Amino acid sequence: MSEPNTFTRAQVEWLPWLEPLLESALTPRHLAALIDAARAKSPYFRLLARDPDALEHRTRTDKDIFYNPVAGAPRADRELAAAAVSRLNGCIYCASVHARFAATYAKREADVDRLLAEGVGADLGERWNAIVAASVALTQTPPGFSAAHVERLRAAGLDNLGISDIIHAAAFFNWANRLMLSLGEASVPG
Amino acid sequence: MAETDLIDTLVGIAPGSPLDVIRAGRAVARHHSQESYRVLFTPDAPGDVSRHERFAIGAYVAALHGAADLVDHYAAEAAAPDLVAAAAAQTRAIGPTGRFPAGPLSLEDTAAPAFHLDAATAAALGPRLATALAHAHFLVFHPRDAAPAAFDPLLAAGWTVDGLVTLSQIVSFLTYQIRVVHGLRVLAGHI
Repeated sequence: MSEPNTFTRAQVEWLPWLEPLLESALTPRHLAALIDAARAKSPYFRLLARDPDALEHRTRTDKDIFYNPVAGAPRADRELAAAAVSRLNGCIYCASVHARFAATYAKREADVDRLLAEGVGADLGERWNAIVAASVALTQTPPGFSAAHVERLRAAGLDNLGISDIIHAAAFFNWANRLMLSLGEASVPG
Repeated sequence: MAETDLIDTLVGIAPGSPLDVIRAGRAVARHHSQESYRVLFTPDAPGDVSRHERFAIGAYVAALHGAADLVDHYAAEAAAPDLVAAAAAQTRAIGPTGRFPAGPLSLEDTAAPAFHLDAATAAALGPRLATALAHAHFLVFHPRDAAPAAFDPLLAAGWTVDGLVTLSQIVSFLTYQIRVVHGLRVLAGHI
């Protein structure tokens, strides 16, 4: 196993730098905070389970921002925002997961691969360019997201809830990238 | 809503306003964003990280983002708010920056801002808070420079592994909360 040094849509593993809780040591409170029972197998979620309340509310926030299917931005657009933020911040693991989702939901593998290879300046067509530009501006510190980004998203066909979805998806990946990057490392075979 | 929602308060979202309707469309995310704030800053059992430390980290991270209203919110209950403000003034920068794993992405490497406090500020903050602010500075501005050795100064200053997970969640959550407030405020002005 080694640390990947390029962005990829392929499966990437993640190895913790701090000791996760042992699976055998998980209490009912920990298991409830994991939400999905299968996450008891994940070293990432067993590490975050050291603060179960924070983990539980992080996960429920995440799931509504990305999985709520009612109106707003299509899932592919939300996943694109997550992938773009991850590309900019430099989270190879996060980018791999959300590039796969964006490519799957949009059926636009070539555009997603262009984002990964060229970075957030890649030309993906106006709607996706608008989403990437908004995600990038919001990810900068201090944030540079402005009225022009809102207007561009609206011109690209997003309604107010959809624009709010892009804001939340991009903001959430600032949270997620920092946990994944700083608590462990990406790993690939070879 | 039984409890005040901090994001609604900071953005100025009134019941029945367009932003209230938009946020109601993602009521679960709205609720658990507030709950995330609650459990990270005012937990029922603070465990290894005191409430005043949590708010001090909040004030520092908000200041690094230039988010004045969030600085005010967090500074109100922070340990040593004047020292935290001084630390932020000494370490403001822009991000994201940092290095990628060596290879083709090295062309995109950018120099990370240094974290340097003057000796008086560092001494007055004490090692626990000074190392926490240094870690927050790295997480805010150049998280891709992550390495396991980043935890060494914190562990030497008395942080536990549980405390490091909570600290990581606090800083990372703040980078979400600050951006939601920023983004929704821009959207509210252009509905």
